[in-house]
Amino acid sequence: MAVDKVLLKISCDNWLVVFGILVALLLRNVTMLHPYSGQGKPPMYGDYEAQRHWMEITTNLPVSEWYRNTSDNNLEYWGLDYPPLTAYHMYFCGLIANFLNENYTVLHASRGFESDEHKIFMRLTVLLCDILVYIPSLVIFYYSCAKLYQSDSANRSVKQNYTIPSSLSIILALLYPGIILIDHGHFQYNNVSLGLTTFSVIFLLHQKNILSSIFFCLALNYKQMELYHSLPFFLYLLSTCIPKPGKRAISGVVSLFVLGITVVVTFSIIWLPFLFDLDILLQVLHRQFPFARGIFEDKVANFWCALNVVYKLKVCDKAKLMRICLFTTLSAVFPSSVDLFLRPNRKKFILALINSSLAFFLFSYQVHEKTILVVALPVLLYFPENPFVCFWFLFISVFSMVPLFVKDDLIVAVIALLMFYIISFYVSMKYYYQSRCNSSNVSNYHIEQIRFLHNLINVDVKKSDKISRVFKMITRSRKTVEYFIFFLAMLLSFVGSLLIFVISIVFEPPVKYPDLFPLLISIYSCFHFLGFFVYFNVKQIQISQDFGDIGNVKLKEN
Amino acid sequence: MILIIALLTSSLKLLLMPAYYSTDFEVHRNWLSITHNLPVKRWYYDDTSEWTLDYPPLFAWFEYLLSYPAQFFDKNMLVINNLKYESRETIIFQRLSVIFMDAVYCYGVHRCCKVISKGWRTDVVLPILLITNCGLIMLDHIHFQYNGFMYGILLLSIADMCNDRFLKSAFWFVVLLNLKHIYVYASPAYFIYLLKTYCLCNRPISDVVLTQKCWSNTIKLGSVVIGVFVISFLPFYDHLPQIISRLFPLKRGLCHAYWAPNVWALYNIVDKAVFFAASKLGYHKGEAKAAMTGGLVQEYSHLVLPNITPRITIILSLIFVLPLMVKLWKLKCPTDFIRCIALCSLTAFLFGYHVHEKAILMAIIPITILSVRDPLDAKIFLILSTVGYYSLFPLLYPKNLFLVKTLLLIIHSLYSFHSLSKMYTMKICKYSLPLLNIFESFYLFSFCLIHTYEHFIHNLLDFQNKLPFLPLMITSVYCSVGVIYCWILYFIFSSKDLSQL
Repeated sequence: MAVDKVLLKISCDNWLVVFGILVALLLRNVTMLHPYSGQGKPPMYGDYEAQRHWMEITTNLPVSEWYRNTSDNNLEYWGLDYPPLTAYHMYFCGLIANFLNENYTVLHASRGFESDEHKIFMRLTVLLCDILVYIPSLVIFYYSCAKLYQSDSANRSVKQNYTIPSSLSIILALLYPGIILIDHGHFQYNNVSLGLTTFSVIFLLHQKNILSSIFFCLALNYKQMELYHSLPFFLYLLSTCIPKPGKRAISGVVSLFVLGITVVVTFSIIWLPFLFDLDILLQVLHRQFPFARGIFEDKVANFWCALNVVYKLKVCDKAKLMRICLFTTLSAVFPSSVDLFLRPNRKKFILALINSSLAFFLFSYQVHEKTILVVALPVLLYFPENPFVCFWFLFISVFSMVPLFVKDDLIVAVIALLMFYIISFYVSMKYYYQSRCNSSNVSNYHIEQIRFLHNLINVDVKKSDKISRVFKMITRSRKTVEYFIFFLAMLLSFVGSLLIFVISIVFEPPVKYPDLFPLLISIYSCFHFLGFFVYFNVKQIQISQDFGDIGNVKLKEN
Repeated sequence: MILIIALLTSSLKLLLMPAYYSTDFEVHRNWLSITHNLPVKRWYYDDTSEWTLDYPPLFAWFEYLLSYPAQFFDKNMLVINNLKYESRETIIFQRLSVIFMDAVYCYGVHRCCKVISKGWRTDVVLPILLITNCGLIMLDHIHFQYNGFMYGILLLSIADMCNDRFLKSAFWFVVLLNLKHIYVYASPAYFIYLLKTYCLCNRPISDVVLTQKCWSNTIKLGSVVIGVFVISFLPFYDHLPQIISRLFPLKRGLCHAYWAPNVWALYNIVDKAVFFAASKLGYHKGEAKAAMTGGLVQEYSHLVLPNITPRITIILSLIFVLPLMVKLWKLKCPTDFIRCIALCSLTAFLFGYHVHEKAILMAIIPITILSVRDPLDAKIFLILSTVGYYSLFPLLYPKNLFLVKTLLLIIHSLYSFHSLSKMYTMKICKYSLPLLNIFESFYLFSFCLIHTYEHFIHNLLDFQNKLPFLPLMITSVYCSVGVIYCWILYFIFSSKDLSQL
């Protein structure tokens, strides 16, 4: 194919996506130059060494010993505590590492191995996962999701045609600093499980339930944190099995059976090497859920950590705490789950994912601050619907991880990436609302809001002019007042977090409270997350049931 | 728009903070300490470090000013004997100083865009092309230098010239000369243009009647130029020879350690080839004294072909600059002035003595401004920028920068091709990039091959020990072909322009 023809075929919007992906890759590459967790900090190092150690374990030991404490495998030193798919991935990477340089994976001797070349190798494995799984999943999601909503809006009112164009959402999702910092700075492979989950969501929204459940099983078997997402998947898939009016009950049972078989087969294939020995199986399972650890580690922006300030939880009995956690988590998930199950709707699904994972993050036992990424993923997917709230959430999610980044010496990267993200968000919103303002294809109801937003965001207008215009609009209707209050709150929250951020970097904490700043950050973000939790729950319940497929069925019968 | 682009690139620059930096980092740290601690008279004599001060006085003053905020970061970086001192604070301070000084560059871009206002071309495309200039990012923010703000001053000077504010323009240019003397390359264009339009008030040569206005203009201009020089050099009046010897170190060789992609790279390779052929045929002319790209060899004598002395290079440059000057004399449009700056710099780059590969930016940046006005300028810009930036790659040799530099170049070239092809209606031609013909596109695509050879195939073939400098040689020779091609094309283009008039 001639080069220019290819170039001409790609439209301007798609060019934007190409540049966005390239820039996102560039930012990831540059972030790789920064230090990883535990760089040069013997004896335990950090997550980087954990992953390297797993490569060492998996390539040198037989499968049965991967999860067991043996003389060759000291589980105290970064023992494997992720599900088998991670182990296989590490095995595969370990083979390549071994091929490149034998020193990378020598049993025992390679502990704490660090070199510039090894860093490049490890960083590249993460980048490869990004290129193969995470980036394609998001690109496909936004493109197919846009189509989904368009087909909806064709049937109904124009009101739905109110989302951010997919090219902009792709770029902004790929630039989200949280995942870049954790995966490419701190060093982890979250992108694999999150990408697999996204694929699963794509298939679910396209009503390919079997493929969806396969991909979700893969995600779950890569990282057990995906359990936070499992409830909405389970309930939604279950609700599709309830026979629709006009269908026989047996069809529901059959689809349920097929789904069940799919899950069991997927799981058993992945767990195959561990299935034949009950001891090993139990050991592997035990490794996934380390209840022996405390209720939270370091400082997490969740409910328990905030409560801990007033009431010391760590003195309590662990089993009792666990029961309390279980109860509160379940009751927090309850409203959104029941709503999803009884009134299923594809649009509701992503909100349900947010609500379930946020509930787990806020109330469950043994939560890491990095786990907020599990919540951030569905928020990224919800972004086109409600960009400002999602942006606010995503910003706070990065802010809540700041203590971790301080420890890893990634503060410069945090500042740079956040700056890049905020400015790109600002630019894309500005141009989006500008184009909306000029286009005539908007209902009267929305034009007010759009004009209002446009005026609020636009800096090209003169200052005095702008204030008077905004004021005029505020007095005109109640809706704009709400918008104004919302923006004011968002601005205040940003200023507040910025203040805490600057103070925590510039000043030394008082000797009496060495953890003062991390605690402050986590409490500040915790209150935000609680607020978001309520907001997203309300949003979900506001969406009515999807009668689309039922209507089609009736039409066919007629 | 400019502000947004500038902020976006600044965050990228900020992110590049922990990247590799060259010895220039230590050079600038050393200058900070010299200017901070020593009395002015000793600045050009101190040789505690091997990286002595070899920039003109205004740059030394600039370092002197910088040393004050530096105190607040880390006082130890200002100790002269702390050679190779690179604490965390030092790195942060030095990197931040480059990022902040780039504000001057952005202001220069802003002024230039205002001057040639032409709708969205200059509102969006030109700022993006100029500010995200990946050569500057690689040089200033990875390799470490202060080119950004100096190019900003050059842009300011160009903008003033286009606005017919001749004195201001001349002032900025002289300041620039006193910051870094490499900008002498562009001075013929300034000289002729100012002489013609300001001193002689645009009269044809035939009736040179020096009116009173001409005289007063000449005196004004002269006093500005001489004034800046006097202010800059006055503190050093009694050791000018020492400064001159520092500024023009003619003891260095014809080519830099890594050959800049110019005529002499081709000359060297021909010399090598002839020597190789001769020794194969049995005419031994003596052993090759040292690897030519070894870096340590300061002076190098050619094996077969005659040696090139500085005088020859100056004469050659002048010969080729002369027709440009004649042409500039006959025209009076500011566009031609900018084009002339680019061509002068390119000529000097091609024929100059001990040219650094960094100097190619002096040609690329003026052409960028022109690229939004004329398709042929755009074409030259596309080829020259890709080649020029690629030729900077060997400066960033660490392996972890491999993907960074590649992506930077890909993004920048892709954007240039994309935006410039939208700008001009052109006939669609199969198998070639927009605005280029088949051979040119083939030439540019071959860079992919060379890039993979350098980084993968060369190592796979185990040539590292036998021929360690082969990749560098290939890069500079291949790039020099492209640069020379651009130069010839541009030269012919400008002389054609002349015949049409």
